[in-house]
Amino acid sequence: MRWTWIDRFVAFESGKSAVAVKNLSHAEDHFADHFPGYPVMPAALVLEGLAQTGGILVGEANRFGKNVVLAKLSGTFHRDAAPGEQLTYRATILDLNDTGARVAGTAHSGETLVAEADILFAHVGPAQLPAGLADTGFVFTGELARLLKSAEAAGPA
Amino acid sequence: MTRDDIFAKVRSTLVDALNVDDAEVTPAARLKADLNAESIDFLDIVFRLERQFNLKIPREDLFPESIFSGDPKFVAGGKITADGLAELQTRMPYADLTEFRKDPRTDKIEDLFTVDLIVRYLQSRVGSA
Repeated sequence: MRWTWIDRFVAFESGKSAVAVKNLSHAEDHFADHFPGYPVMPAALVLEGLAQTGGILVGEANRFGKNVVLAKLSGTFHRDAAPGEQLTYRATILDLNDTGARVAGTAHSGETLVAEADILFAHVGPAQLPAGLADTGFVFTGELARLLKSAEAAGPA
Repeated sequence: MTRDDIFAKVRSTLVDALNVDDAEVTPAARLKADLNAESIDFLDIVFRLERQFNLKIPREDLFPESIFSGDPKFVAGGKITADGLAELQTRMPYADLTEFRKDPRTDKIEDLFTVDLIVRYLQSRVGSA
């Protein structure tokens, strides 16, 4: 399943902040159903893109050595986003330690604030996994790994 | 900083982190049983307290959730042993163990995590007038 909800990073400052963009296209299936005749980006997918921006920022801070999972999120939406718009996701690390991180995020369309969120990520290691499961890196693989390359290509902010 | 100052800051922190009303955050309120905190909320609360009080709270310092990890010296038959209680008091000198000692079941440890516990912990860290 393709579950990459950002198109590319445009700025990245290790351990501090990241900026990614997401272009909204009518070709995305969800617009057909959400909603017929009134296509708007599902709020959950805006938050997913924001969380992916923040999650990769947090993962990179530890050189992707830890599994970073979304643990908690509170968000506020200010307006809908429609096909043709480009969303800019900005994520800033507020706190970071061994156990996880707290990230402040915003989604803008142009200069207009679309959504903002406070996101808590947890580092998941052997102690948090069910007994018998190996502590493999299960977060930063596949599609996310490719996004990381775009983050690296973006370089410092 | 007075105890009232600390309590006020703790209350606003918990209101934000747990999405509860001011009135629910009483000193006796238990984070899990009364304020519906989940394990992950403890991480959130610690982050917010660190920022609010401008200090570092080491892992398992304020909320030693896995304090004994089933160590037979400290836990037997689902209860904390005498050694365990002594250890608990050492690790959590700011906790009031009076009630807990009467029935020291391991599943009751989380009831020690009250609003007042956080206030006492912070008093020990930042001092109180």
